[in-house]
Amino acid sequence: MVNITINGMNVSVPEGSTILQAAQQVGIHIPTLCYHPDQSIKANCRVCVCEVEGNRLLQAACSAPVFEGMVVRTNTPKVLEARKTIVEMILANHPQDCLNCIRNGACELQTLAEELIIRDNPFELMIRGYDKDTSTPSLFRDPDKCVLCRRCIEACSVIQSVNALGIEGRGNNAMVVPSLGKDLIDSPCVMCGQCIHACPVGAIGEIENIDQFLAAVADPETIVVTQIAPAVRLAIAEEIGMATGELPMDVFVNGLRQIGFDYVLHTNFTADLTILEEGNELLKRVKEGGTLPMFTSCSPGWINFCETFYPDLLDNLSTCKSPQQMFGALVKTYWAEKMNISPAKIFSVSIMPCVAKKFEADRPEMRDSGYKDVDIVLTTREIGRLFRQSGIDFNKLPPSNFDSWMGAYTGAAVIFGASGGVMEAALRTVYEVVTGNTLEDVNFTTIRGFDGIKEATVDLNGLEVNVAIAHSLSNARKLMDQVRAGESPYHFIEIMACPGGCIGGGGQPITKRNQKRIERIDAIYLEDEGLSIRKSHENPEVKVLYDEFLHEPLGHKSHELLHTHYHDKKKKYL
Amino acid sequence: MDYKGIIAKYKDVPGGIIEAFHAVQKQFNYLPEEAIVEAAKIFNVPVAEAYGVATFYSYLSVEPRGKNVIRICESAPCHIAGADEVVAALERELGIMMGETTDDGKFTLEYTECVGQCQATPVITVNGKPYAGVSPAQIAAILAEYR
Repeated sequence: MVNITINGMNVSVPEGSTILQAAQQVGIHIPTLCYHPDQSIKANCRVCVCEVEGNRLLQAACSAPVFEGMVVRTNTPKVLEARKTIVEMILANHPQDCLNCIRNGACELQTLAEELIIRDNPFELMIRGYDKDTSTPSLFRDPDKCVLCRRCIEACSVIQSVNALGIEGRGNNAMVVPSLGKDLIDSPCVMCGQCIHACPVGAIGEIENIDQFLAAVADPETIVVTQIAPAVRLAIAEEIGMATGELPMDVFVNGLRQIGFDYVLHTNFTADLTILEEGNELLKRVKEGGTLPMFTSCSPGWINFCETFYPDLLDNLSTCKSPQQMFGALVKTYWAEKMNISPAKIFSVSIMPCVAKKFEADRPEMRDSGYKDVDIVLTTREIGRLFRQSGIDFNKLPPSNFDSWMGAYTGAAVIFGASGGVMEAALRTVYEVVTGNTLEDVNFTTIRGFDGIKEATVDLNGLEVNVAIAHSLSNARKLMDQVRAGESPYHFIEIMACPGGCIGGGGQPITKRNQKRIERIDAIYLEDEGLSIRKSHENPEVKVLYDEFLHEPLGHKSHELLHTHYHDKKKKYL
Repeated sequence: MDYKGIIAKYKDVPGGIIEAFHAVQKQFNYLPEEAIVEAAKIFNVPVAEAYGVATFYSYLSVEPRGKNVIRICESAPCHIAGADEVVAALERELGIMMGETTDDGKFTLEYTECVGQCQATPVITVNGKPYAGVSPAQIAAILAEYR
């Protein structure tokens, strides 16, 4: 342990700690900007400078290691003045349009300006004049707002191994750009949106579809129907001032009615349906010698990744559409018919923890209902904005139930939101289908949690099935390289593009820390445990769907509406 | 173009991608996109990173350039000695602005940082060869050497 003094307080920290870590231990807040708790140290913004006795120059707290007897001062006039000047210089390059910025109220630079009491900036405002990149349906880039912290680059390269972003130029002329300085759509970007979470400001954000939603609500002829992804409920609470998981599902449902949805249904319904289709697809592949290992296909960021980097492995992908798109195809066919509503009048909105879902909904192959299956996708953050705009007090809002025929769900569907959840849900069903026995303990706890790659072997009456689960695309890459080399021991692989699975999705409330993602995972398994039905094949409304409409998993109607195919993206700049 | 042949020679050199870029640029006067993509493959780095290297160094260019690259020092000593007037003379003689290339592909005008010849300012370089203590009147003669 190393003993140091910070602002006169003694603190003992492990060797190799930084001043920032030591300060956190004694509850001293040092402002930061480029620092990210789950990333490498960058020390390029210099906002966290401190005085260290014996040093002529100020030291960056995020990177300066402590030493025995070190004397640090974090709030002297010299330090405060230096920090203020640094932030003023950053602000001199930053558009002053906070009032209509997507990160208004959730911006680290805005917070710094407030903390450092910045009023009259002595530096002349010089906006760099870059074009905004709106080439993808999922994300925009607004380089003029970039503070060059490089956190997005690390999220894209280290966490996701996508490498869509890099630095162009040097010094004053440096800028974060997609490969070869092209638009995002021409880069290897898979639209996972992890760069949004990494960005401290509004330089990268989701393409909002709020206006289209409000226009649909305003039109009396249009019937606005929604589906909610499993990872949304527990995180939406964070958007409305509650603790993670605190908003009860039935109150959330009423909240959605309040903002204008005519029917509130659930993606969990098609998550259960996915398990029946995908589970049977796996069994068919195992029995008939189909391509193995089979990969899950729920995560559109992952699909984009596979189509970009592993086009030779597209046959391994389950042909099942994601739950969002299964829902979209059914809501304008099966549900419309059952409700006696013309599909032309239905405006299908999905609420997702994801920005890649916006791209997925726009895919030309996602029109099997004869219409655009999912008209728009709103992220958890956008729904949070709509809730705040409507001024709903969720503490006083009475509960309301889901609407019928595509609203029922099981615990198996709920856990889709966490890494390992799709696999666990599949195993709960596949076990009973194959063995004919009742699964007494439905909890496959070994495949839960935040480990990057998890694996298990499940004995199905003598049929041993090897499964693996990866979240974050850098982990997916490890499993894919194994498959490509012909050395994969697995039958079934679940991949989620985002850290922790959908709970850490690019459309979720902005969060820097993996710790928050772990809290959300805990909340999701708690929800599963609280439900009486926890196996997808026991979903009563899914049973009705098969009885009346689909008839059997992998049947004719299923193929028409619920399954898809994939394309080599043929990206040039990987 | 056979960028591969040029680049592959530097595959095992530490930091060889920079050497490879110099070699490509020597032949083509700039780094075409395909060369950057090829270098990324050969050095096993993402294209975004290879592009970062290509744009980091002021001696490397990702924009097409003329056969002869004229650089004018924009550091303080040359500035004080009247580099602006030299720039004006070059622009007038060649009919292009700084950062541009002549239509016949012969000349490109660029700024550079100090080239270390401050004993006689202002300084320009043509294809790396320094000309010290340059006055606007000398420009026509210097250009004639390369026409």
